Amino acid sequence: MKGFLLLSIIKMLVVFTVIMVGVALLTLMERKVSAWMQNRRGPNRVGPAGLLQPAADGLKNILKEETFPAMASRWLFLLAPAMSFIPALLLFAVIPFAAPLPVDFDFSLGPLGRFVHHGLMPMVVADLPIGFLFVLAISSMGVYGIALAGWASNSKYALLGGLRAAAQMVSYEVPMGLSLIPVLLLSGNVSLSAIIRDQQMSLWYVLPLFLSFFIFLVSGFAETNRLPFDMPEAESELIAGYHTEYSAMKFSFFFIAEYSNVVTVCAMVTTLFFGGWDIPFTHWDEAGGVLQSIATAGFFFVKVMFWIFFVMWIRWTLPRFRYDQLMSLGWKVLLPLALAYIMIVCVAIYVVEHVLGLTDPILKGLSLFALSVVVSILVFGVLDRGVFIRGSGRQRRPLNAPARRAPVVT
Amino acid sequence: MAIGVKVLARPSRDVSYVRATLKGMALTFKHMFEKKVTMQYPEERSTDAEHGGGRWSLTPRWRGTHRMLTDEQGRSKCVACGLCPQICPANCIKLVPGEDEQGHRYPLIYEIDEFRCIFCGYCQEVCPEEAIHVGVHYENSEYTRGRFVYDLERLSSQTHAVSTLWDPTDPKGE
Repeated sequence: MKGFLLLSIIKMLVVFTVIMVGVALLTLMERKVSAWMQNRRGPNRVGPAGLLQPAADGLKNILKEETFPAMASRWLFLLAPAMSFIPALLLFAVIPFAAPLPVDFDFSLGPLGRFVHHGLMPMVVADLPIGFLFVLAISSMGVYGIALAGWASNSKYALLGGLRAAAQMVSYEVPMGLSLIPVLLLSGNVSLSAIIRDQQMSLWYVLPLFLSFFIFLVSGFAETNRLPFDMPEAESELIAGYHTEYSAMKFSFFFIAEYSNVVTVCAMVTTLFFGGWDIPFTHWDEAGGVLQSIATAGFFFVKVMFWIFFVMWIRWTLPRFRYDQLMSLGWKVLLPLALAYIMIVCVAIYVVEHVLGLTDPILKGLSLFALSVVVSILVFGVLDRGVFIRGSGRQRRPLNAPARRAPVVT
Repeated sequence: MAIGVKVLARPSRDVSYVRATLKGMALTFKHMFEKKVTMQYPEERSTDAEHGGGRWSLTPRWRGTHRMLTDEQGRSKCVACGLCPQICPANCIKLVPGEDEQGHRYPLIYEIDEFRCIFCGYCQEVCPEEAIHVGVHYENSEYTRGRFVYDLERLSSQTHAVSTLWDPTDPKGE
């Protein structure tokens, strides 16, 4: 027991440190990626290639003045940054980041007693059997921090940002949760380790469940308030949205929270749809071992980094949605799509398992993959025709009416 | 719409969001590997050969921080006539005249407050001895405000090019 506690504490410290340092470096990466996409160089003055820029930013933020709006609700104002920051970090506790590591020790530490651990240590801070439900529960906590920040600031811009954030995050929580039901149906387990194990045996879930992946990714963008769904911040409309009134380190905390959320969503995408720490086309990594742990951790890192890059790539490509478009995308497109997809996958799994009688996980995965290709082509065909998300011009005039013209000025 | 706002007919059919998104992403990705346009200013300058070799250099009539010219003996050419503080619209020149044994006037104190200066160049135009000039120069950073009051020694030790006056017979400077 004590060995387990000791290992847990070590894992907590390591994961916490890695995430915090990683988040700091992500701010640099974001600026670098944006710069490259705009033919610029990005920050390159502080340290080699600008690597110490996050440290300089952190130092600056610590030294800056902490302002309090005169009429702000003091305790909530203080609480909000922590409230948005803690759930983002908590989520990472259940994400397995490498193959199990064999750890054997047996030693005594004076008054603390005897520490014993034998066998494989799962490389996850808390290998919760309900891992998945934990993720859904905690990820919906993030909205409190942002909504509170907006409300406690007693500023109209912050309040509008907070309201938008609350509406957006609650709306996208629904398709996000629903998009994961097919994953559960396919794996038959809610523990993230079990989901990874299932993907190792069959295909990565992105193939048989592409639509789930797509819905999850889009909702993930909305959940993290990243562009193109950064309505809560919306610099051009709301100054900075919910963190308008925040300064110095408290402001930094929102930034850290945003980037930790990005890391978590990317890790979730990797875990649920891209096999987690699995190295494809080999079963070598599934037997626990030191080498395997290191290799799989590296692989997990590469996958997560790719998705983080993808998030930044999207951010610097797409403009912001209009608010009603955002809501209609969430409620009118993603939600029905997710619900319909659950039905399709249910039927498909039943047919594959009981009618066709396929039990081999790879064959099962492949047959679902074929279905997924068909469904994806249909869905993207419809989305691509602009039927659901439309420009404002369409709503004001019937389809066959002539285009409006400006009256001739006389 | 009395002012004739142009109302665009928005396309309502065949609007492709997915393809447009993919196209945009391909574009931004392509840009990541293109040549950077940033000029690393203090290290690279527009006057360097690889940046067009002075294509973007300053015009010879640029009016920047001042420079006092000196004669062969290294003394300033200024005769302390007092015309420049007289004409200076910003009143930024402080001149205390002195006289040596031969009766030559020279400036005891000659200071220009570059913060007050509006760089009109009147001092250069009015100077009968062609002593004070505005210079073709713009890099003026200092650590303290006090350093922006240039004294005679500082003005004389500047080496940058001096500004050319506008010539009425050649208004375009050709």
